Amino acid sequence: MTDSTLAGPGATVEFIDVIKDFSGQRALSGVTLSVQPGEFVALLGPSGCGKTTALRALSGLEQVDGGSILIDGVDVVDVPVNKRDMGMVFQSYSLFPHMTTVENVEFGLRMRKVPATERRERATATLDLVGLGSLATRYAHQLSGGQQQRVALARALVTRPRVLLLDEPLSALDAKVRLQLRDEIRRIQTELGITTLFVTHDQEEALAVADRVAVMRDGNIEQIGTPEELYLSPVNPFVADFVGLSNRVAAENSGGIVTVLGTRLPLLGERQPDGPVTALIRPEDVELASDGIPGTVVASSFLGSMRRTQVRVSDDLVLSIQHEVGEHPEPGERVHLVLRGRPVSASPRV
Amino acid sequence: MSVANAPELVNGDAETSGSRRRPSGVPRRRRVGVVKYLGLTPFAIYVLLFLAVPTFIAIGTGFFDADGALTFDNVRALLDPVILGTFLSSFWVSAFTAIVGAVVGALVCYGLLDTRPDGALRSFVNSASSVLAQFGGVMLAFAFIATIGIQGLVTVILRERFGVDIFAEGVWLYQVPGLLLPYIYFQVPLMIITFMPALEGLKPQWAEAAATLGGTRLTYWTRIAGPVLAPSFFGSLLLLFANAFSSYATAAALISQGAQIVPLQIRAALISETVLGRSNMAGALALGMIIVMVVVMTAYSFLQARTARWQR
Amino acid sequence: MSEVAVRIGAKPGRITSRAILGGIGLVFAIPIIAMIEFTFRAGLGGGYTLDHWTVLLDPEQNDKYAQLFTAVRNSLVLAVVTVAIVLLILLPTMILVHLQFPKLRRVLEFICIIPITVPAIVLVVGLAPVYGVVVRVFGSSVWTLALAYGITVLPYAYRSIQANISTVDMITLSEAARSLGAGWGNVMWRILLPNLRRGILAASLISVAVVLGEYTIASLLNRSNLQTALVQVSKSDPYVAVIFALLALGLVLLLLLLIGRVGSTKPGRRLS
Repeated sequence: MTDSTLAGPGATVEFIDVIKDFSGQRALSGVTLSVQPGEFVALLGPSGCGKTTALRALSGLEQVDGGSILIDGVDVVDVPVNKRDMGMVFQSYSLFPHMTTVENVEFGLRMRKVPATERRERATATLDLVGLGSLATRYAHQLSGGQQQRVALARALVTRPRVLLLDEPLSALDAKVRLQLRDEIRRIQTELGITTLFVTHDQEEALAVADRVAVMRDGNIEQIGTPEELYLSPVNPFVADFVGLSNRVAAENSGGIVTVLGTRLPLLGERQPDGPVTALIRPEDVELASDGIPGTVVASSFLGSMRRTQVRVSDDLVLSIQHEVGEHPEPGERVHLVLRGRPVSASPRV
Repeated sequence: MSVANAPELVNGDAETSGSRRRPSGVPRRRRVGVVKYLGLTPFAIYVLLFLAVPTFIAIGTGFFDADGALTFDNVRALLDPVILGTFLSSFWVSAFTAIVGAVVGALVCYGLLDTRPDGALRSFVNSASSVLAQFGGVMLAFAFIATIGIQGLVTVILRERFGVDIFAEGVWLYQVPGLLLPYIYFQVPLMIITFMPALEGLKPQWAEAAATLGGTRLTYWTRIAGPVLAPSFFGSLLLLFANAFSSYATAAALISQGAQIVPLQIRAALISETVLGRSNMAGALALGMIIVMVVVMTAYSFLQARTARWQR
Repeated sequence: MSEVAVRIGAKPGRITSRAILGGIGLVFAIPIIAMIEFTFRAGLGGGYTLDHWTVLLDPEQNDKYAQLFTAVRNSLVLAVVTVAIVLLILLPTMILVHLQFPKLRRVLEFICIIPITVPAIVLVVGLAPVYGVVVRVFGSSVWTLALAYGITVLPYAYRSIQANISTVDMITLSEAARSLGAGWGNVMWRILLPNLRRGILAASLISVAVVLGEYTIASLLNRSNLQTALVQVSKSDPYVAVIFALLALGLVLLLLLLIGRVGSTKPGRRLS
């Protein structure tokens, strides 16, 4: 094992035009991405978009067919998996079942020939870091899902890798545990300053934890930016639709002005041809007002910190709107809606 | 190749030491994993030498005569009434013991349903069944000679306590009928081993659903459990048939002279050189056996696939 | 819960269950009891004796049974070599196929099931010429017979190991180990094999059981193993033959009970 373990956290990662084929299918079509030291980047997209493939290519578990991957400026194409010095957390079932928790965590250190006492110290310290110091002698099958993933995280971090890779680590967990663990992962990552790539199909998760999010589709990165940029300035309808909730409303585009439900709003993102389009309107951009688009309340859900209400405005359109808890529309009530003046995403309607 | 909103590359200079850039779009030459395939060769060679080659030789010698000339005489000899008779004997012994073994074995499996899955009883029955199913034919023969041989324990008890002489019509233990009891003795355990998983696969929810829908015990077994278990039952039955048909050691130990069933016919052909004057007869007999076995095992795997489908 | 099952007929009641198992169990115990009883018989005159058992311990008589003891040794050697073949040839191949050649899994399974379709009595017809060559290359020591036995035990060994493999996600575990810096050697030795202990042990024990009971190939290839020796001895001294048969049976039962216990232990509990 080289000294790269002591290179410390915070390596730069670059994908340059990376191509990967799987028996006839192109999984990555020229992915280019640059990650800063200590940055937390989420790879987000539907299944089959290539996000996991990109992660595995970085780890060395997959060989690329074109392009290069650089870590701290060095092309790692010929570096085998076990020499790339990365920490990887898998979706599930990756803890070694025949070893205790602390033995699992020690494993990477053992591979690097760290002496036993130092190994045990560092492993125990890292287990404490993830809050599982007291479970050091348990076996995987004695731990809950959330606990197992914490051990997996500790195991990946103890060797102070250059890059941390997380492949949908929270997908198999209960909702509450998922929230807790995602915040912890972010906290630890910030503390240690490790460059991190996080794959997920859950857009809420990506937006919540990442410094930047790369939305992927069919082997390409559609857009990469901060969560705010993606949410507020999606560069195309796919991104707009994938990130956050949207209402799809029939509208007309004319020279960059979209007329939807009688309101004229500027078009957001890529230019679209004039004519009929489908506009994407965020629920929080529709407000209850005393006058405006008339509609009837269909249902209203209390979501703790806000309300989401379905309002029927015509025979074939029910708008989802989001508002304060104080406003409490009842099913059947007649209300009026107003669209906020934000630019909207739109795509041609067939 | 879309790149949207990508920030500037930080390490813009290509001259950074150690970095090797490839022009984009050029597919790199994949290092072929030849080494991987090498790993398969030991097994491949082993199976080739000790399974494939002997099997082909076994089948092949049937088509040659003593001088090495190609001939169908041996194969035609299979239709000789004597040989046909041995195949028939093999068939009915195998079928009989398979059916009895299957029924009794299924009954034991049913009885086992009440025991705890990790309990000592089921574990013991499993192990005992494994042992008895493996019961090398020689030891089985000894056991039955000791039990129902001329001076066997049971023979003696029947004769002296009940006045029944089981050998009044002749000593059948050392003839084909004498094979039935020993064969059943290893068929039943084999049935237990192969059929138990199927019975365990019956979901309790099915019985409960049947009951809530108004079914009786009988309807549960005839309409639900029965049909679901049928492929597995008949599959196991076929396995038992194949097992008995190919069994040699017990017969060899009990019937020291003679060739009333096919495996013994093969023995005769291999040991003496003048079985009906054809020394490559063993090959032809082997061919005949393989054909039977292939048919039976094909049917068996078809039924297994059916079972697997429903057990998912 | 199970009371419900009994009431609706899905399971037998306690009494039915005991009746079936007890009855059939008794019937099956009879031949074993008969064998045991036989070993204590004092000949046609009636009465019982321990002589047949004690004579085995008498060193003076050992020459008489030398052939038998040699045969026992032979069988043990054969068992060891067969297990070696299973562990050194079959096991690595199964792991390799599972990790690297997923498409070949079916093929491997098929190959390992073939010996059921091609039983020993058929195989031996073709083995004679093959062994002619084997003897020329390896000499005529008894261990060469294990080469054929390795094939005979394939179905059983394969099934035992495969049952274990299917409970372990070898791919994820090896990927995790590799990402932590392990080379393939470490992956095999530290990660994969420890998790396959149950299957390995079960495969080994069942191979030993099969080898100890094998008669067909040994006898038709004119070799001496436990079973052929038993047949030989039974002609002159049936008592000793039956005693050895019982001992072999007891040993195999022990081995298979061990398999049963090994199969039900999980890591984390004491691996006895």
